[in-house]
Amino acid sequence: MNVEFFVISLLNGVSYGLLLFMLSSGLTLIFSMMGVLNFAHTSFYMVGAYLAYTLSGIVGFWPALVLAPLLVGVMGAAFERYSLRRVHKFGHVPELLVTFGLSYLILEVVQLVWGRSTVPYGLPEQLQGPLFTIYGTQFPKSRSFIMLVALLMLVSVWLLLTRTRIGLVIQAALKHPEMVESLGHNVPRIFMLVFGGGAALAGLAGVIGGNTYVTEPAMAASVGSIIFVVVVVGGMGSLAGAFLASLLIGVVQTFAVAMDQSLATALQAVGVAVTEQTYGYELLKLTISQVAPILPYLFLVLILIFRPKGLLGTRED
Amino acid sequence: MTFALKFVAASILAASATGAFAQKGETVKIGWLDPLSGLMASVGTNQLKTFQFFAEEFNKKNAAGVKFEIIGIDNKLSPQETTSALRSAQDQGARYIVQGNGSGPALAIIDAVEKNNARNPGKELLYLNYAAVDPDLTNSKCSYWQYRFDADTSMKMEALTTYMKDQSEIKKVYLINQNYSHGQQVSKFAKENLKTKRPDIQVVGDDLHPLAQVRDFSPYIAKIKASGADSVITGNWGSDLALLIKAANDSGLNVKFYTYYAVTTGTPTAMGAASDGKVYQVGYAHYNMGGEMKKYADDFKAKFNDDLYTTDIYTVFQALTEAFVKAKSTDPVKVAAAMEGMKFKSFNGDVELRKADHQIQQGLYIAKWEKASAKYPYSPENTGYTLAPVKYYEAYVSSTPTTCQMKRP
Repeated sequence: MNVEFFVISLLNGVSYGLLLFMLSSGLTLIFSMMGVLNFAHTSFYMVGAYLAYTLSGIVGFWPALVLAPLLVGVMGAAFERYSLRRVHKFGHVPELLVTFGLSYLILEVVQLVWGRSTVPYGLPEQLQGPLFTIYGTQFPKSRSFIMLVALLMLVSVWLLLTRTRIGLVIQAALKHPEMVESLGHNVPRIFMLVFGGGAALAGLAGVIGGNTYVTEPAMAASVGSIIFVVVVVGGMGSLAGAFLASLLIGVVQTFAVAMDQSLATALQAVGVAVTEQTYGYELLKLTISQVAPILPYLFLVLILIFRPKGLLGTRED
Repeated sequence: MTFALKFVAASILAASATGAFAQKGETVKIGWLDPLSGLMASVGTNQLKTFQFFAEEFNKKNAAGVKFEIIGIDNKLSPQETTSALRSAQDQGARYIVQGNGSGPALAIIDAVEKNNARNPGKELLYLNYAAVDPDLTNSKCSYWQYRFDADTSMKMEALTTYMKDQSEIKKVYLINQNYSHGQQVSKFAKENLKTKRPDIQVVGDDLHPLAQVRDFSPYIAKIKASGADSVITGNWGSDLALLIKAANDSGLNVKFYTYYAVTTGTPTAMGAASDGKVYQVGYAHYNMGGEMKKYADDFKAKFNDDLYTTDIYTVFQALTEAFVKAKSTDPVKVAAAMEGMKFKSFNGDVELRKADHQIQQGLYIAKWEKASAKYPYSPENTGYTLAPVKYYEAYVSSTPTTCQMKRP
């Protein structure tokens, strides 16, 4: 593995990781605050991409970059206000089920409106082409833009949570909602804001992820399971943990693709004779690049066994 | 008793007298089972349109005097869904099944058709495979009830490596393919053929990635770059090829791509100006076939604002009508028999439906992506570029032997 390959893969991994972070930050906020595992979270990501596709055809990409997440945020807030809040009193399972149902509903609506095929949501002129060339490999502007937006988002969410009054109330409501309520704050409204805000963050990820990758109805499902891994590995409710876990998973997945080593080559390296006749050769010869897609889930299981609170989580339950 | 016998004999005579054109005016329903959802939906949608387009063209005038009707069903690119889609097409009266995307669903169809034809005499189905190119489908898993109209992986690789053999600048080749039967076969045949034709070529990478799942190929591109390859051989199609080439152009990777399916929806746009002279395709046709096909391609574009690229669908209709005339019937049992060894002239020259394995024998073209010119004007997806033929190989060059032990009814 040479330096050139290492740098390029690191950049690819980090940009993918930052996109995952944009998605998972909203999810982890919502979960830590309301105890709701929002199964429809990546559906908001998809809606963000599709709305941006339509809006950028009308008002251009840059206004759409602002408008689409706002619209998604309003949708999220409305869903919390009129649906989630009603089932809240019945406990966590109905809440989970209602978001599960919502994800299917959104998928079908998206397919009805925009069709089952991919839509030609392309990059705007300003984001096309390479930003810089490193060791003869170009690094696209679109990926750099994802990194920039994700970092800006991280800083602003962090400032919002730690430096503003509403942020302090949110943090307080996270830990002791009853206490905050008895101090006279409107906790349901805070819940609605957080839910809407989380959905808007997912929408924002969709706006820039949709044109860098592909905008199609399966895009929600493709990241749906991975962001749960991020949230669990990072630690439920920990933004910093989600950040760390996203980068980790992004980088691990990118590098794993390049590893052609397998258990067979590892055994051969330590002097064990492995041939096609060896018992379980089919399994032994699987290379790391072939098992790359399941690595995050392996990680999830290991974390749940050895450190259930996650890397930076605080809860023990 | 004698009267009864005479009556039967007379009716048989009468029936066979009128039977000369018995198929005239009949409606032939064709069940189309391919993806209309997911990442490969754009390819499926284009091919369904192609079937409907040619059905309409053949309905205007065909030697057999039949009407074609297409029943399109989404199989979601999954073998399980394909089996239920097949049943649904059958319920709607289809006796002919067409499918092409993915050898997994193709195998499911062969299996289902074999069972159906053994269990329901009089309700036989015939499967016309227009694009699933796993060689096993006409070798170890061959079926009397399947005819294949595309050249299979081994044939295309034969032609492609015959061309690559003479390209002295090729030193290091990287293989990247979809991880299912077709991709695995491309990888296998590429290695075998290169070894015999150009033993000096080094295979520096051999990757298999999940089918229609990868959205970002940049990790693979970084790997190709690091391997020092000057050429890539890939059997990828649809989004898997478009995204691969997009990622390659995004990172400025300078290699030649030797492909099977550069024509599939989305890929021309992904190639654009950046791939000028860098992408080759092997196939039974190219965009600038001229003649009748030029008119069809222009009509298709005017009608759907899309490109006509699965042109062997034309050959499917041609084979059907020829066989209807020959068999004087639209019954799949008689038509299947009539098609065996049938030779006819298609838009790309003389073709033969080889009796031994039901694999069509046809010439193959190597075409190169370059700026559209007066000679090769067709510009797919309005890119201003086209695939220009650089080499034509007669059918015998790419013909490969078969191990098919066909069970005939």
